[in-house]
Amino acid sequence: MKKLWNSYRYLFFRRFTQISLLILYFGANAWGWKMLQGNLSSSTILGVIPMSDPYAALQMLAAGATLATDLLLGVLVVTLLYFVVGGRAFCSWVCPINMVTDFASFVRELIGMNKLTGVKQPASRKLRYWVLGLSLIVSAIMGLAAFEFISPISMLHRGIVFGIGFGWAGVLIIFLFDLFVLKNGWCGHICPLGGFYSILGKFSLIRVKHNEENCTLCMKCKVVCPENQVLHMIGKKSLPVLSGECTNCARCIEVCDDDALSFSLRSMAQNKKTGE
Amino acid sequence: MSKALSDRRKFILNMARGVGLATMSGFIWSAFIDEATAAKLTLRPPGALKEEDFLKTCIKCGLCVEACPYDTLSLAAPGDNKAIGTPFFIPRDIPCYMCTDIPCVPVCPTGALDESSVTTNEKLDINVADMGLAIVDEKSCVAFWGIQCDACYRACPLLDVAITIEYSKNERTGKHAFLKPVVHADACTGCGMCEHACITEDAAIKILPRDLVQGKAGSHYIKGWDKEDEKRLENAKEIKTVTEISKKTAVDSLNSNLLEDLY
Repeated sequence: MKKLWNSYRYLFFRRFTQISLLILYFGANAWGWKMLQGNLSSSTILGVIPMSDPYAALQMLAAGATLATDLLLGVLVVTLLYFVVGGRAFCSWVCPINMVTDFASFVRELIGMNKLTGVKQPASRKLRYWVLGLSLIVSAIMGLAAFEFISPISMLHRGIVFGIGFGWAGVLIIFLFDLFVLKNGWCGHICPLGGFYSILGKFSLIRVKHNEENCTLCMKCKVVCPENQVLHMIGKKSLPVLSGECTNCARCIEVCDDDALSFSLRSMAQNKKTGE
Repeated sequence: MSKALSDRRKFILNMARGVGLATMSGFIWSAFIDEATAAKLTLRPPGALKEEDFLKTCIKCGLCVEACPYDTLSLAAPGDNKAIGTPFFIPRDIPCYMCTDIPCVPVCPTGALDESSVTTNEKLDINVADMGLAIVDEKSCVAFWGIQCDACYRACPLLDVAITIEYSKNERTGKHAFLKPVVHADACTGCGMCEHACITEDAAIKILPRDLVQGKAGSHYIKGWDKEDEKRLENAKEIKTVTEISKKTAVDSLNSNLLEDLY
């Protein structure tokens, strides 16, 4: 039992956070709760502290909209938050699509899709930065926040809080895409919001750190990681995971039986690196 | 076997592929957005910017929806055939009840719902809101048949201002009156309480976005009987238009092969 808890504790915390946030947002619309109003695009905590999606604001800027003070304050709050907890902590701890793609990933492994498609993935993980750039160009040309009109993330989150309509179809598309077309397809290759937070995550404080001395090269971490290119140092060097593409999901930490991976702060991690 | 590609060529080809795919998907993406935002019949909350600016500025957070005490507003979901995620209302279901404190507007974090547009003398004033304009269909409105009904007139929050009743004689019976509702476009806020109250099966009075309903006479029309309007003449400049007149005689025109022109 202890073993089970040990290898799924962060997963439990993540699902708990994701679902609690959804319930709080849902309660705000359904029962008038004040804790967390709005949705992931923009919201307020207790009706006071503003939070806004910085990527949405960036698109609005590209589209030529005037950015209001409240919006900019909200952007600042969110940016600071993810600067501390790790850019893509949004992806693994908040985003509701994460549950969909994690499930797709789970089923993919279960039914042996990975063996069918082989190791070679038909697309580059850099694709998300292209989509990110393109979204800003399309925003500028069309005069609208381009990704916000197609985002399955907002579609699902808004859908859960305000009524989903045919939004479930969009979510199903993502699920089927991840299951049958591309492993970690949406979150790991295409999503420009993930790309945006990857860039932010390059500078963030909380990072996963690898201790090479404890590593037994079992490679469980690499198997479980949805962005395993960030774990290039496993068994080679004691380094923190510095790539912003790491989502701080901590699956690697909990599957490691040898205490070779842990969370740490960036500066401390770097001190270890230089041996100080 | 063909020769292996040089690094230089590989780089150029990869870049070309990236740019090509980006252009392709950019066009698909733009086309989709263009279609997805084409819904013209959407009624927005009070204080909304002009539709084009509104779509640009609204972040789709739904704070206005949560602030509305009457559940008037909804966020467009896929399948509603409206710009996705943006707030709208359907007055026949739930109209805007014109709260005097307009709770939906100040909560907007982006200014897509503009407080200043619903403010007079530094006080929130819902009566200057412009969500749309009521239009009466005279064919289905029973008041125009001669049956007495003033449901819309009574429901209007700007009673006797935005909708008035016009009396005229019913020549068919010779002894009854028509009591016809008339909407005054300069006062109507488009709240939709009239549409909600309308007694016909499908409402005979409907709210439509104002720019869809109203025309524009053009600045060259001046109301000579209106002193204010006539002032526009003071700054008017003369514009001469020249029409090119054919130099040919009328006979030439008659002798030309008309049938050839026709077929």
